Amino acid sequence: MHLRRGRAVNGYSASSEMLVEVRGLRKHFDLRKGLARLVSGQEGHVVKAVHDVDISVRRGETVGLIGESGCGKTTLGRTILRLQEPTAGSIFFDGQDITRLNDAALKPLRRRMQIIFQDPYASLNPRRTVEEIVGLPLRLHENRSSEATRERVKVLLERVGLRASHIGRYPHQFSGGQRQRIGIARALIVNPEFVVCDEPVSALDVSIQAQIIELLDNLKRELELTYLFISHDLSVIGYVADRIVVMYLGEIVETGTRDQVLDNPCHPYTQSLLSAVPQLDPQSRQARIQLKGDLPSPMRPPSGCKFHSRCPKAMKICSHVKPRIYSVSAGHQAACHLYEESTR
Amino acid sequence: MTEAQMLKVRGLRTTFRTRHGAIKAVDGVDLDIGYGECLGVVGESGSGKSVAFASIMGLVRPPGRIEAGSIMFEDRELTTLDPREMQRLRGKEIAMTFQDALTALNPAFTVGNQIAETIITHDKSDGSKRDRIRRARARAVEMMTLVGIPDASRRVNDYPHQFSGGMRQRIMIAIALACRPKLLIADEPTTALDVTIQAQVLDLIAEIRATLGMSVVIITHDLGVVAEHCHRVLVMYAGQVVETGPTENVVAEPRHPYTSGLLRSIPRLNDRNARILPIKGTVPEPINLPDECRFRPRCPMSADGCRVPIAMRKIGHDREARCIFAGDEP
Repeated sequence: MHLRRGRAVNGYSASSEMLVEVRGLRKHFDLRKGLARLVSGQEGHVVKAVHDVDISVRRGETVGLIGESGCGKTTLGRTILRLQEPTAGSIFFDGQDITRLNDAALKPLRRRMQIIFQDPYASLNPRRTVEEIVGLPLRLHENRSSEATRERVKVLLERVGLRASHIGRYPHQFSGGQRQRIGIARALIVNPEFVVCDEPVSALDVSIQAQIIELLDNLKRELELTYLFISHDLSVIGYVADRIVVMYLGEIVETGTRDQVLDNPCHPYTQSLLSAVPQLDPQSRQARIQLKGDLPSPMRPPSGCKFHSRCPKAMKICSHVKPRIYSVSAGHQAACHLYEESTR
Repeated sequence: MTEAQMLKVRGLRTTFRTRHGAIKAVDGVDLDIGYGECLGVVGESGSGKSVAFASIMGLVRPPGRIEAGSIMFEDRELTTLDPREMQRLRGKEIAMTFQDALTALNPAFTVGNQIAETIITHDKSDGSKRDRIRRARARAVEMMTLVGIPDASRRVNDYPHQFSGGMRQRIMIAIALACRPKLLIADEPTTALDVTIQAQVLDLIAEIRATLGMSVVIITHDLGVVAEHCHRVLVMYAGQVVETGPTENVVAEPRHPYTSGLLRSIPRLNDRNARILPIKGTVPEPINLPDECRFRPRCPMSADGCRVPIAMRKIGHDREARCIFAGDEP
């Protein structure tokens, strides 16, 4: 089955190695309403969900974005796709600055970047048939007869492991895993190049989770996709990702290749995250690095390094100076004062 | 097993009668929990793991009903216990925590009130009402400190929404532990929590188990959690126990194809290049299940002999599996 037509036929070529490049991206939410925005100061009212984030995704790779709830990973994914308007910074897609493109200019690009959502229950309209749900992006982006759309929906359904005969059914007639397959078919029907997978397996049972991970992996190879894979589960990220980006309270604290981050985690947050993952094999268990307390409120993040309030290695400087991003080795970076010397 | 068991369940069957037919949510479950033991119960949604323990707690409500079986808690048979006596036992001797702490806690009362309520309910000592309330409040603060809530004497007057998810889970554990139960049943205690907070809560449960000497059941879908925290594991599938034994042995050498399938489905951080092998298909519809091995339609080893009801087979002295290919004798 050839879903991917040749790049040249599609009218664009593999012009740059970087498919997605994000520089200094900010997404702030102002929680005040109406006049209050004008009269009161920002302090304590603005959530810096994404703050000064640089991230790049090469064509054909899977970047795993990991962090705990509220760290801004979903907001980052959605802002990159312009599903949410960035507060500041710039987003390049295939070499083109899309940060301020209007809807009309953005539309042809939208089909090249799609998203798979976490909740297979909430993300499908219960009153629409599978044909309508999966076919909608195609109707928006192409002028096809309904007959041609239906045929294409059938091809996609079979490709994601459902049956063509499911086309007339409604979402409630499917299990959670099957619904997630419908969501995947909907994202892929317009032949995207870049797909944000936002916790695509978190709501699923273990055995179903493995099926969907395998499906996404196969689709990526066959359709030459590029993924930004968002998850809170380090085991899943360790399985799917080529590179890993770790977020904490809206900022990136560590990036590197999968093995760099997992074998030699440098930021104390990554270290504690890794030590907290329950291990099946007794020999691979390590001493747990206990973090103090809970995630601070994103409205009032700690000063200096945002992690210092929970960090087991916090130093004096950490509470008042925000660390730069230091290079630990080629391609491996950490935003932590511990690595200050390595860049000098 | 010869040593004294705290809880002994035999042939437990809990059924929900619906328009579409009877759902055998729990169908012939046997289980033992020893003193001081931590048992892990693993299964996917619909496996019956939560209903089995709700049955033990006497919390199953119509259209659900315990249809058969015996639940022996120390020397008492719980299935025939008078509801008032059951209430006396619940919370005092067996306590349960639930997955979603936000819905399990009452939003209209302070957490201190909710912890104290359990204590006052089971406080049979003399003294004025005022005395008992004062004692219960003091004990609530003590419990909150025990479960690691900072500044407990002030936070005792806060409402559930003023706590984070991890802290709410701790409050629920504090309520469950308030009367020093002999058995704590924790239903998905960490599923809603982030991994660093999950580690804190599980370590807390382990610590309290050691200091108070109670028995603990952790119901979870996460085999990693079981592997790290539980002495023994019980794997459930479609209302039945399919495998049980010491966690280390079961994880290292599973004997039921479903357990092996689950273990092969999990990506492992220490062996990142090994491919995962998903179990094909989905969990069967719980209505009108056929009288055969329930895993047969998904099983890579299925044979003709699997088309009859399969009993648990003994493997050595401390393991069992519900598979014709398991067992010491062919």
